[in-house]
Amino acid sequence: MQTLEEIKVRIEAAVPGARVGIVPNGSAANQPSLLVDNQHAFAAAKFLRDDTELKFDYASNVTGIDWLDKVTSEKVKVKKAVDGVEQEIEEAVETKMPGYLEAVYHLYSMEKKHGPVILRLRTENRTDKNHLPSLTPVWRGCEFQEREIFDLYGIEFDGHPDLRRILMWDGFKDFPMRKDYVEPDDYEYEPTPHADVLARANAHQAAPPST
Amino acid sequence: MIDEGLKNELSKQGVFTTSLNELYNWGRKNSVWPLQFGLACCAIEMIAASMARFDIARFGAEVFRPSPRQADLMIVAGTVTKKMAPQVVRLFNQMPEPKYVIAMGACAISGGPFKQGYNVLKGIDRYIPVDVHIPGCPPRPEALLHALMTLQKKIEAQRLTGPDRPRHLDRDAPGEFPVPEFGEHDLVPPKNTEVWQPPKMTREG
Repeated sequence: MQTLEEIKVRIEAAVPGARVGIVPNGSAANQPSLLVDNQHAFAAAKFLRDDTELKFDYASNVTGIDWLDKVTSEKVKVKKAVDGVEQEIEEAVETKMPGYLEAVYHLYSMEKKHGPVILRLRTENRTDKNHLPSLTPVWRGCEFQEREIFDLYGIEFDGHPDLRRILMWDGFKDFPMRKDYVEPDDYEYEPTPHADVLARANAHQAAPPST
Repeated sequence: MIDEGLKNELSKQGVFTTSLNELYNWGRKNSVWPLQFGLACCAIEMIAASMARFDIARFGAEVFRPSPRQADLMIVAGTVTKKMAPQVVRLFNQMPEPKYVIAMGACAISGGPFKQGYNVLKGIDRYIPVDVHIPGCPPRPEALLHALMTLQKKIEAQRLTGPDRPRHLDRDAPGEFPVPEFGEHDLVPPKNTEVWQPPKMTREG
């Protein structure tokens, strides 16, 4: 199989205007992934599937990730005048990284017997700009998994043939796999509480009974 | 009531005596027909219990009915998800009295390994009255047979009159239980307090 760098260059050549990035993976698995911009994701996916050398004809898994807003602080040396004398002072500069939702596609080739290549798509933010292009028209098997991501993370897939909740009921409003999901307070009976469950059970005991 | 000693004496002489109470319960306990449905892996053990090796037919409960109208016993075999819970309650409501419930396995009695999951009911006893709980993940077929025998003992001990008479002979006892509805965040109501109250816990230390 071609390296990820080669695939990146080939996608950029085949899909004009596509912005493809490589997301490194610092863990032991060392499995970097491709990050494709939303406008060209569909064309890039089609290229990955149809190219005679790559032939990624099988999306084995699609999953979602919720990335919360992140604040990173860096120390920067700044020159400042203190009491008329210019001095170098360290200042902490905080940079805010807005959160986003991510869909991750694991692609294999049955024909060429290679893979995986990991494809990531990111939404602009976690609240209102939560749209991604659906890759179900490219890989039919993504249908239920994209529905599951829609159900549990709240990513809206444009172009999906039947985007409905799949695990929860239709009237359900929350997204249970998001990191800020708040469960209903039904901790009235926890015979063997521990860690988080113990804290929730204690909080329930302290609160006045709801029903 | 016939005197127990006299009854023994008569049976030695070849005279069989019984009471309506006994006869009624004897018939009831030996033809408990379960409702044929399973929710998860516990159902596999329930199927095994109905096969030749364990042979639930020995207890008169081999006639698994595919319709709630013909069933006496609901074996809740498996994880009850919140999405499935209204249907389980509705099926129970459709069963004619007298009816019984066995909650089989860790999930059906408490939510089991999925207890803190967003989509799993923390025990079916929050909505319908459970007669016998079976722990286990999944319980062996012998455990289900034991639960059935426990239920039979319970039926046998019931008096047909008086304040502790069975539900179907009590005009005021509920035969139907409210079916929960799908809410925006959880089932509404999250539990039926008429049926289930959180057990009082006393913890040391």
